[in-house]
Amino acid sequence: MNLTLHIWRQENARAKGNMVRYEATDINPDMSFLEMLDVVNWSLNEKGEEPIAFDHDCREGICGSCGMMINGVAHGPEKATAACQLHMRHFKEGDTITIEPWRSKVFPLIKDLVVDRSAFDRIIEAGGYISVRSGAAPEANSVLIPKQNADLAMDAAACIGCGACVAACPNGSASLFTGAKIAHLNLLPQGQPERRSRVLRMVEAMDHEGFGNCTMHRECEAVCPKEISVHFIARMNREYLVRSFTSD
Amino acid sequence: MEFNANVPSGPIESKWDLQRLQNKLVSPANKHKHNIIVVGSGLAGASAAASLAELGYHVQCFCYHDSPRRAHSIAAQGGINAAKNYRNDGDSIQRLFYDTVKGGDFRSREANVYRLAQISGNIIDQCVAQGVPFAREYGGLLDNRSFGGAQVSRTFYARGQTGQQLLLGAYQALERQIDARQVEMFLRTEMLDLLVIGGRARGIVTRNLITGSIDTFVADAVILATGGYGNVFYLSTNAKHCNATAIWRAYKRGAAFANPCFTQIHPTCIPVTGHYQSKLTLMSESLRNDGRIWVPKEKRDKRPPNKIAEPERDYFLERRYPSYGNLVPRDVASRAVKEVCDAGFGVGETGFGVYLDFTDAIKNLGVEVIRERYGNLFEMYERITDENPYEVPMRIYPAVHYTMGGLWVDYNLMSTIPGLFVLGEANFSDHGANRLGASALMQGLADGYFIIPYTIGDYLAKTTLDQVSDDHPAVREIENEIHARLTNLLGVRGKRTVDSLHYELGKLMWNQCGMVRNEKGLREALLKIPELREEFWQSVNVLGGNDEFNQALEKAGRVADFMELAELMCLDALERRESCGCHFREEFQTPEGEALRDDEHFCYVSAWEFGGAGQQPVLHREPLNFEYVPLTQRSYK
Amino acid sequence: MLSSEEDLPRSNRRTSMVVAFWNSTVGKKVVMAVTGAVGVGYLITHMSGNLLVFKGPAEIDAYGALLKTNLLLLWAVRALLLAAVLLHIVAAYQLARISQKSRPIAYKRWRAVASDLASRTMRWTGPIVGIFIVYHLLHFTTGTVHPNFHEGQVYHNVTTGFRVWYVSAFYIVAMLALVLHLYHGAWSMFQSVGLNHPKYNLLIRTVATIITVVVVLGFISIPIAVLLGLVS
Ligand SMILES: Cc1cc2nc3c(=O)[nH]c(=O)nc-3n(C[C@H](O)[C@H](O)[C@H](O)COP(=O)(O)OP(=O)(O)OC[C@H]3O[C@@H](n4cnc5c(N)ncnc54)[C@H](O)[C@@H]3O)c2cc1C
Ligand code: HEM
Ligand code: HEM
Ligand code: SF4
Ligand code: F3S
Ligand code: FES
Repeated sequence: MNLTLHIWRQENARAKGNMVRYEATDINPDMSFLEMLDVVNWSLNEKGEEPIAFDHDCREGICGSCGMMINGVAHGPEKATAACQLHMRHFKEGDTITIEPWRSKVFPLIKDLVVDRSAFDRIIEAGGYISVRSGAAPEANSVLIPKQNADLAMDAAACIGCGACVAACPNGSASLFTGAKIAHLNLLPQGQPERRSRVLRMVEAMDHEGFGNCTMHRECEAVCPKEISVHFIARMNREYLVRSFTSD
Repeated sequence: MEFNANVPSGPIESKWDLQRLQNKLVSPANKHKHNIIVVGSGLAGASAAASLAELGYHVQCFCYHDSPRRAHSIAAQGGINAAKNYRNDGDSIQRLFYDTVKGGDFRSREANVYRLAQISGNIIDQCVAQGVPFAREYGGLLDNRSFGGAQVSRTFYARGQTGQQLLLGAYQALERQIDARQVEMFLRTEMLDLLVIGGRARGIVTRNLITGSIDTFVADAVILATGGYGNVFYLSTNAKHCNATAIWRAYKRGAAFANPCFTQIHPTCIPVTGHYQSKLTLMSESLRNDGRIWVPKEKRDKRPPNKIAEPERDYFLERRYPSYGNLVPRDVASRAVKEVCDAGFGVGETGFGVYLDFTDAIKNLGVEVIRERYGNLFEMYERITDENPYEVPMRIYPAVHYTMGGLWVDYNLMSTIPGLFVLGEANFSDHGANRLGASALMQGLADGYFIIPYTIGDYLAKTTLDQVSDDHPAVREIENEIHARLTNLLGVRGKRTVDSLHYELGKLMWNQCGMVRNEKGLREALLKIPELREEFWQSVNVLGGNDEFNQALEKAGRVADFMELAELMCLDALERRESCGCHFREEFQTPEGEALRDDEHFCYVSAWEFGGAGQQPVLHREPLNFEYVPLTQRSYK
Repeated sequence: MLSSEEDLPRSNRRTSMVVAFWNSTVGKKVVMAVTGAVGVGYLITHMSGNLLVFKGPAEIDAYGALLKTNLLLLWAVRALLLAAVLLHIVAAYQLARISQKSRPIAYKRWRAVASDLASRTMRWTGPIVGIFIVYHLLHFTTGTVHPNFHEGQVYHNVTTGFRVWYVSAFYIVAMLALVLHLYHGAWSMFQSVGLNHPKYNLLIRTVATIITVVVVLGFISIPIAVLLGLVS
C-alpha cells in the first residue's frame, strides 16, 4: 500500500518547524505504525536525509514513550491503542496521513515528534506516592482490600503516562493523568494517611506547570490507550473540594 | 583477577543474617557525604536509588529514557514470585529456592538463590505498602496464579501489567526522594563509560541525549542496573532501546562478564511475520495455565484449526511431559516448539508457530473467567494479528526474552571492580542457565530494596576513598576517547543503516547462538562476527551531528557494542561443552533429546575478563557447589 | 508549598485555603459549577414564573408585584445573582486564558472524537448569554431599551416587547445559545464538584438534558407565542 505523509519536522526547540511531505511506498498492512515510520526512515537515510525523530521503546503499548497526533487524533484512529500498537491495516491505499507532535506549552518540543513530558514526573513528585521506607512494610495480607476497590484502583493505575490526554484535550489539561494517580492511591487503605496533602499538592503542581483546565470535553478518555475514565477527574475534583475545607 | 564470591560461612538459612551482622555500617551523620551513582531506573535501579536515598545517601540516578517510569521493566506482564504460601499448597522458602536452583539447571550460586527466596516475601509486603494494586480475591486477600516451572501457586500479579505496577511503585518511591532533594535525576542521559581510578569505580561519563554534551560524574560507588542485552538478536521481546553499552563498557574497564551465552528464549511470543518487523511481542507465560499447546498430527496441515478434529491434534507438551504438561519451564517448552516446527508440523503462513488454544478453558471456566484473567492479553494479540483468540487459537513461537548472563558479582552484588555494583538483569546472579517465570521482577527488587542498601554500606565503611575532582587526568582521557568514538561513528557516512547491520547480526546470532547451538555453527559465527563488525565500521551511515538530539547516533553506539558482545557470547557458548538450561548444544543431549549437563567439567560460572583491544578474553571459572539441592538431572516428566 | 501552610495559625489557614482554592484551576471550576447551579436554579424559577403569561395579565402582574413586596429579599436575591454571574464570568475568563496559553501552537489538523458542539462552544455561548442578560435587564427590568415600558406591568411589557420581531429574534437566538450552554453546563457542573458515579451518571445526564430542554422551551415559547399572536 502507498501513502502520503505530512509530518512535522523541526530541528530543535529553537528552530522553526514545518510540515514536510513524504511518500511511504510498499507498506505492508501488518506493519505497526512505527514500523511504517522505520521504513520511511530507512529510505530517508539512504537519500542522506536525517531520519524523523520520534519517541518509542516497548512497542507494546505499555511504556508510554510513543505518541503523536495521527490525522488529528492522539495515537491515531483506533480506540484504546497506543501509536506503537496501531497497525497499518486500519489505513487504505492512497490515504494521506498527517503526523504532528503533542502540542502543549508544558511539553516543549525537542525534535520533530519528540517532546519533553517531564512535567508528569514533577506532578508525581508532588505526592503521587505512598511514603514507605524500604523494609518498613507490614505483612502484605494484614490489610484486606475489597476486590472492587483493588480493581478500581488498578483501572486508575493502568495509566502509562503517555501524555495523549493532554495532547487531545482542547484545553491542554492534564486532569486525566493527575486524577488517575490521585484516585489510584486515595482508593487504597495504604493511601489514606496522605490523601489530603496528596490531592492538594498534586493539583497545585499540575497548575504550576501551566496545564489547561478541564471543562469535560472527554477527548482525553476517548484517546487514552488505557481507557482511563473521566470518572477519575470527577473524583479528583470532589477530593480537592472536600480536602480543601476539611482537615484530617 | 581475583574471584571470591564472598559467600558468608554457616548454614544457608543464616548466611544473609550473618552477613548483615558482620557488615560495617556508615554512620547516619556521614551518609549524606557519600555520593552514589545509580545507572538505570528500572525495577532494580529505581528501587536501589530510592532505598539508598531513604537511608540518607546522596544519589545521582541516570536513565536514557525521558522518565524513569519507561524502563523496560514496565513491560513485564505475568507476575512476581514470592514464597508466601498463601495458598497453603506446600510452598516455602526452601521450595522456591529448590525450584529456582533446579529451574536454573544447577548453574547458579546456592547462597544467592536462597537469599532471594528469603527476601521474596518482603518484596510483596513492600510493594503492597506502596500501593501496588495486586489482584485480590473477593475476601480482600491477595490472589496468586501459577507459572511455568513450579507446581505451587506463588505468583502475584496485577492484571497483565505486573511489571508496570511494580515499576510505578519503585518510580514513585524514587520521585518522592527526588522531591526531597535526596536524589538528583538525570533523564535522557546515557552512560557511555565507567571511570575507574586507583582500581575502583569512581564515576561515569555520560552523553546528554538532547544536547550531546559529554560530562563526567564522580562518585564513591557506582551501581549499574541497566537491564539485559537480549537485543543483540535484533528481534526480541525487549524494548527497542535495551542495550549492553553500560555493562559492556564496564567489562572493558575490567569487570568480568559471567555466562554471556545464557539467553532465555521465551516459548509464547507472537510469530514473526515480515522483514520490517521491529520487535517481537510476548504473550505472558501465564497463558500456559489455561491454554493448551498443540500442532496438527499431519505435517504441513493447512486446514484452519477448528477443522482439525481432536484425534488429529498433538498436544505435544502434555504428551511428552505428563506431570508438568503445558507448564514445563521455558527452555524445555521453547525447544519442544522449535522441534515440532522444524519437523514440519508448524502452523501459520511461515510454519513457525504452534497453537495455544483456549477452547477447553472457555468451555470449562466460562468466557468471563478467561476474560478476567487474560482479557488485555487477548486484546493485544488481536490488535497485532487481527485474529480473535476467543474464537481462533493463538499462534505462538519462541523468541529471545531474557539474558541470564551479565556482569559477574559476588554475594554482595559487587563486580570485580571494587566499588562497582551490578543489579537486576544486568548482573548474572540468581537464575543460572534458565530463569523461571516471574523471577526477574523478584530478583530486581530484591537487589534494589533489600540487598544493596546493606552491602554498599559495608563497602563504603571499609574503604577510604581519595578525593577525585572532575579535572583528574583520567577524566580528560576518557572524555577524549568518547569524543573520538562518536566522531568516528559520524564520520563513516557509508551506505547502510544501523538497523540493517543490526538485523544481520541478529539473524546470525539467532541461527548460530540461539535456541540450539553446535560447535560448527559457533565457530562459523566467530569468523563472521568480526567481518560484520568491520563492515559496520566501514559502511554505517549515521547522519546528523553529535551536538544535537540524534537517535541514529545513539543506536549506532549501542549496536557497535553488540557487535563486540556477540563475539563473547559465541565464545562462551563454544567453551561450554555441555547442555544446560537454555544453553542447548546439539552435541550434548540425552537419548530423549533433553539437555545433558556435564557437572564434572562444567559446574562453574564462566567469568570472562577483557583481554585488551584485539586480544582474546580470559576465561575464569567460579566453581559452583551444591550442598542443599543435590545435583540431579532435571526432569519435568 | 502547602506543607508550610500547616504551620500557620488556624484562622489564617482557613483564609489561605480559600485563596489557594480560588487560585487552583480545580477550585475555580468548582466556583463556576456552584455559580452555574445558582443560575440554573434561577432559570427554573424564572421560567416557571414567566409561564404565568399564558394565564393572563392579572396573574403575571400579580406575580411580578409579589416578588417585589419584600425589598430586602429582592435585593438579597439580586445581589446573590449578580455575585454569581460575576464570579462565573471571572472564573470562566481566567480559566479560558490558562487553557489557551497552554497550547500556543495549534494543530494543523485536529479531529473531535468525544467532545460535542455544546462543550466546544461554551466560550461562545456563555458570552452570548451574558450579553443577553445585560440587554434583557435594560429591556424588561429597567425598561431603558423598551419602546413602551410600563413599570410593574409585566404582561404589557412582555407582549409589546416581543411584538418587535428582531427583539424576539434576538431572544430566540440567545435561547439557542443557552440551550447549548446548559446542555453541557448542567451536566458538567456535577463533574466539577465530583458527582460522578457509574450508577448515577446516566441519571445525571438525563436530568441535565431535561432541565435544559424544559427551561429553554419554556422561555422560547413566550416570544413565539407573542409573534404568533397567541398571547396579546
Ligand atoms: C516482555 C517481557 C515480559 C516480562 N515479564 C516478566 C514477568 O512477568 N515476570 C518477571 O519476573 N520478569 C519478566 N520479565 C523480565 C523482567 O521484566 C526484566 O528482567 C526486568 O524488569 C529487568 O529490570 P532491570 O531493572 O534490571 O532493567 P530495566 O528495567 O531494563 O531498566 C534498565 C534501566 O537502565 C537504564 N539504562 C540502561 N543503559 C543505560 C545507559 N547506558 N545509561 C543510562 N541509563 C541506562 C534504562 O534507561 C532503564 O532505566 C519480562 C521481560 C520482558 C521482555
Ligand atoms: C455571562 C456570561 C457567561 C459566560 C461568559 C459563561 C461562560 C461559561 C464557560 C466558559 C463555561 C465553561 C465551563 C465548561 O465548558 O464546562 C461555563 C460553564 C457553565 N455555565 Fe456559564 N457562562 C455565562 C453565563 C451562564 C449563565 C447565565 C448560566 C446559567 C444560567 C451559566 C451556567 C453555566 C453552568 C452550569 C456551567 C457548568 C459549570 C461546570 O462545568 O462546572 N453560565 N460558563
Ligand atoms: C424569553 C424569555 C424571558 C422572558 C419573557 C423574561 C422576562 C423577564 C421579565 C419580564 C423580567 C422583569 C421582571 C420584573 O422586573 O418584574 C425579567 C427579569 C430578569 N430576567 Fe428574564 N426573561 C426571560 C429570559 C431570561 C433569561 C434566559 C435569563 C437569564 C439568563 C433571564 C434573567 C433575568 C434576570 C436576571 C432578571 C432580573 C430579575 C431582577 O429583577 O432581579 N431572563 N425577565
Ligand atoms: S491518562 Fe491515558 S492518555 Fe493520559 S497519560 Fe495516562 S495513559 Fe496516557
Ligand atoms: S479532554 Fe480535557 S476538558 Fe477535561 S475531560 Fe478531558 S481533560
Ligand atoms: S512504544 Fe511503548 S507505549 Fe508505544
